[in-house]
Order: sequence, then structure tokens, then C-alpha cells
Amino acid sequence: MDVKMWTYIIVGITFAFYIGIAIWTRAGSTKEFYVAGGGVSPLANGMATAADWMSAASFISMAGLISFMGYDGSVYLMGWTGGYVLLALLLAPYLRKFGKFTVPDFIGDRYYSNTARTVAVICALIVSFTYVAGQMRGVGVVFSRFLEVSIETGVVIGMIIVLFYAVLGGMKGITYTQVAQYCVLIFAYMVPAIFISLALTGNVIPQIGFGGTVSDGSGMYLLDKLDGLNKELGFDAYTEGSKSTIDVFAITFALMAGTAGLPHVIVRFFTVPKVKDARKSAGYALLFIAILYTTAPAVAAFARTNLINTVSNKEYVNMPEWFKKWETTKLIKFEDKNGDGKIQYVKDPTTNELTVDNDIMVLANPEIANLPNWVIALVAAGGLAAALSTAAGLLLVISTSISHDLLKKQLKPNISEKGELLAARIAAASAVIVAGYFGIDPPGFVAAVVALAFGLAAASFFPAIIMGIFYKRMNMQGAVAGMIVGIILMIYYMLKFKFGVFDGGKEAVEGLKNGLWFGISPEGFGSVAMLANFIVAIVVSSFTSPPPAHVQQIVENIRVPRGAGKAHSH
Amino acid sequence: MANKNVKNYWKRNLTYLVILLSIWFLCSYGAGILFKDSLNTLKIGGFKLGFWFAQQGSIYIFCIIIFVYVWLMNKLDKEYDVDEK
Repeated sequence: MDVKMWTYIIVGITFAFYIGIAIWTRAGSTKEFYVAGGGVSPLANGMATAADWMSAASFISMAGLISFMGYDGSVYLMGWTGGYVLLALLLAPYLRKFGKFTVPDFIGDRYYSNTARTVAVICALIVSFTYVAGQMRGVGVVFSRFLEVSIETGVVIGMIIVLFYAVLGGMKGITYTQVAQYCVLIFAYMVPAIFISLALTGNVIPQIGFGGTVSDGSGMYLLDKLDGLNKELGFDAYTEGSKSTIDVFAITFALMAGTAGLPHVIVRFFTVPKVKDARKSAGYALLFIAILYTTAPAVAAFARTNLINTVSNKEYVNMPEWFKKWETTKLIKFEDKNGDGKIQYVKDPTTNELTVDNDIMVLANPEIANLPNWVIALVAAGGLAAALSTAAGLLLVISTSISHDLLKKQLKPNISEKGELLAARIAAASAVIVAGYFGIDPPGFVAAVVALAFGLAAASFFPAIIMGIFYKRMNMQGAVAGMIVGIILMIYYMLKFKFGVFDGGKEAVEGLKNGLWFGISPEGFGSVAMLANFIVAIVVSSFTSPPPAHVQQIVENIRVPRGAGKAHSH
Repeated sequence: MANKNVKNYWKRNLTYLVILLSIWFLCSYGAGILFKDSLNTLKIGGFKLGFWFAQQGSIYIFCIIIFVYVWLMNKLDKEYDVDEK
């Protein structure tokens, strides 16, 4: 059977499965819609969180990025996992004890004002929309490559599926589909990784094969060989990297704090019954994520070795079939500059003849390694599971922000339970349509902004929540000033150095590199903006009156586990 | 529950946090970033040590940190009688 047939079958089965779960778990109350009724087991929540968290970027792009960045790619590995330590130790248990539905709920109550709540809602919407657009795009790319439909059709199919289970099932539907999606995506990631590890190093476990010797009889360690290959072609040694230490430090920190501040991840911890379960499920979540995240760098190194061995200084006419196939999608480009008919893949852009897009490393890996067709189809299903599960989680945050934080808590406090549920569904449906539009017709900024969603979350939510729990004296004025300064500073830096808005557009970006503050790139600037948030908040709060007694009582109360009911709205 | 009891409970919790977050910092920012060049002179198998911490080791240690915290806090909650029924 050919790849296309296999893809139809495997993707079809998984989709039918997701829809079946959606019908079985549809939500009947706002509580079920917002927090799955608060009765999810820690293990299931850990799996759901892992799928919620690992997006198209983790599944499709990350190994490819690391493959080209070598050591520098570590920022993603440490940044996107280390954030869970912060979540488990500093946020999840206390927010669970607080026991409301959303992050703006916490900010609004802890800082006793609707201004704070509104600022939080706006931050949540900015972060979630930038992120979700990238997911829909990912769905479109996978569909167009494997089912040979247009990207537009792919996005529309994805929209219908998400619409179905997010609108019908709310958090409850999303939770159980995410559990299923985790299983699909991890299986789809591990199977090719194991095959390739076995072929290249003779070791079944990719994490060990990564540090093992190449099975070509030379007895050389894989990483030493790769360092050598890279240097030969003018690239930096794979295990050394080229970013400055301060930049690596800043990016890692921004990604960690951003992870801990992402609203769609935080709300997952409102769905478990107890404080104890919130801690434990953060541990499970990281464990499930770590399976993929420790495999990814191994896949990256294998893929890089395979790629160089296959293409470097080889005749173009002898390239395998996958090479030609990806060429038609324009994700691989070859230009024979010196006209010798061979592929020169080197660092120097004047003589380099090959450009390879990061995104194809994982998707093309099974083909590069000559794996059977069903494995290739499985990878397509895995990529879709990763993108859809994250999209659904984000859409829920968007719809909750509108129906709960804006409508119920501010505009129409006496709305009925049924009315609120309906509003949540309408908001989710509208959000899917807007996200789909961005996916089909991404305004130039969307793709680039996805990576910056973390910076935005780190600069706005993370300090406000941390101080809300650990610094009783923090008041409304301080927190609001901090969040506003943090997010504006981050947006300014992003516009200036990522998009060149103030200096004549994107072309100016390269030239501005010398002007970067402390040499920190926009991806890492979230750390600085976060620091600014902390400092402004502490200074402002020390000049204004302390929070009222009942708020100090809330803080006392969230610090001890006893008495945590299930999440509720009043 | 006595006020003093809660204060002590919180202090113990903060102590755990400081210790565990120091380990968190040392294995990632320390071993994986700041000191990676000197650690890279050592090798385990085919891995340079600093590189291993950055791409593998720190992630394993993160997992362990969380489960240790879960275990410590469950014990502490019981000890101070603030656990959930």
C-alpha cells in the first residue's frame, strides 16, 4: 500500500476516535466546560498536559531546529522542560488551592480589581492567539504534504475537527481527546526514532545511541563524527554552538518562565481534585514530555549525520526519491552554483548550494531512513495530534476569557448558567474561525510571533502570579503597573528588533543586531521584560497602600492545602 | 490550626523550594550553560559532559526534582496536619 493510502487510513482512524470521545464526554455545565468538572485523575491530567503543551513546534520543528543549531538548540530542550519545575514548585499547587476557573480569575481576585482582571484577559488573548495561529498552520502543512490537498483545505479540515470537540466537549472533551492524542503522538515520534537509532548506532534506545558509536565499523562516537563533519563543511562543531553565553542564558530563562506562565497550561491544573494531585500531575506531565524531549536531540543528531552523508558532495542526479519529493514543496532547494552537478552543502552562503527547511527533518526522517510506508503515515497522524491538541487547549482559554472573565465577571454578572455555557460555545466557535483564517492567510508576523508568545507570557503573567502567592504585600497598583510595563516593553523590543518597525521594516533587522540590549535576542528578551515587571511592581507597591485584609487572608489560605474544594466559580 | 504552626509549615516549604530550585539552577544554567566549556573536557561515553547536561541530563534531573518535591510535601502536609482529607 502506498503512503497516501496508509495516511488516509491512520489519520481517519485517529480522527474518528477523537470525535467519538467528544460525543461521549460532552459538557453539560460551565464547570464541565471550563475545568472538566474538576475530577480528572493526575495521571490522565499529566498526559493531557503533555499533549496540550507539545505543539506542532515540538513535534515537527524542534528536532530540525536542534539539528541545525547543535548545542545552541539546548535552549529549547532546557527551556521548555525546566518551566515545569517552576510550575510544580511555585504555581500549580497554590493556584489549584485558590480553586477558580482561569488565570485572570486569580489575578482579578488576588489584586481585587477589574482593571487587573482586564489586563490579564488582554494578555491571555494576545498570548493565545499568536500561539494558536501557528498550530492551524501546522495542521495545514501536514495535510498538504501527506494528503496532497491544498494548505487551505487542510486548515479547514482541522478547523472542523477542533470545532467539533472543543465546542461540544469544552475542557472535558479536550482532556480526554488530549490523552488519546498524547498516545498517538508519542508512538509516532518514538517508532522512527528507534528504527533510525538501530540503523545508525545499533542501539534500540535513541537516548543511549546518541552517545554511542556509529555502526559503520569505524568505532567512532556519533557525536565526534558529527563534530568532524560539521567542521569540515565550515559549520560550528555540533557540540559547541555559536550563540553567546548571555543569550543562551536569557532565552532559556524566558522559555522557562513563559512555560510556567502560559494560561492554557496553567488551567490544566484546575481540573484535578486536590492540591496534592496538582503537584503530582505536574510531575507526570514532565515525565511524559521528557520522553519526547530527550529523544528529540538524538533524532536531531541522527538526522544531521544522515543528511550530510546522503547529500554532501554527491551527484544531484543520484539523489533518492524523498529529495525530489520535498523539492516540489520548496522545503529543499538546490542551486548548482559551480555547475559541477554535485551538491555542495557548506556554511559559506556564497558557495552553499543547498537550503533545507528545519521543518522537514522530522517529517522526512522516515523516508531518509527508508522506513516502511505505515511509519511515514504514522508521523503525519502524530504531527496532527500534536497541533490539534494544542490548538484545542488554546481555544478553550480564549473562549473562557471571553465568556467567563469578561461576560460573567464584568459585563453581565447575572447571566444564567445556560447563557454562560452558550456564550462559551459561541466564543470557542468564533475563535476557531479566526484562528483558521490566520492559518490559511498568515499575516507575515504570525509565524515569527509564535516563538515570542513565551516572552509575552513571561513578561506579563509569571511575575504577577508568583508575587501574588509569595509576596503578601504586593498590591493592585504594583501588579497592574508591572504587567503593563512588562508586556509593553516586550512588544516594543519585538517590534523593534524582530520586525524593524521603527527603522523601515524587516530589511533593517540584520543591521540592528549590534544595537541589541546586552546582546540579548528578541526570543530571550522576555527575561529582561520579566525582571522589569518584578522591579516596577515592587517599587510601585511600596509607595502605595497594602492590600486589604481579606486579600491577605486569601494568600494565607492558598498556602495550605487543606480545604481545597473542587474548582468553583464563586 | 494554630497560626504559628502555619508559619512553620510555610518556612519549611520555602526551605525545600530554595534547595530544590538551587539544584534546578545548577544542573541547567550551571552545568548546561555557564560551566559547560570546562565540563566538556570530561566525557561519559560519546557525550561531552556539558553538552550531555544541556541536552539530556538536566531534563532527567528536572523530573526527579518534581517527584522529590511531591514526596517531601506529602510528608510535610501530614506532619503539620494540613493535608486534604
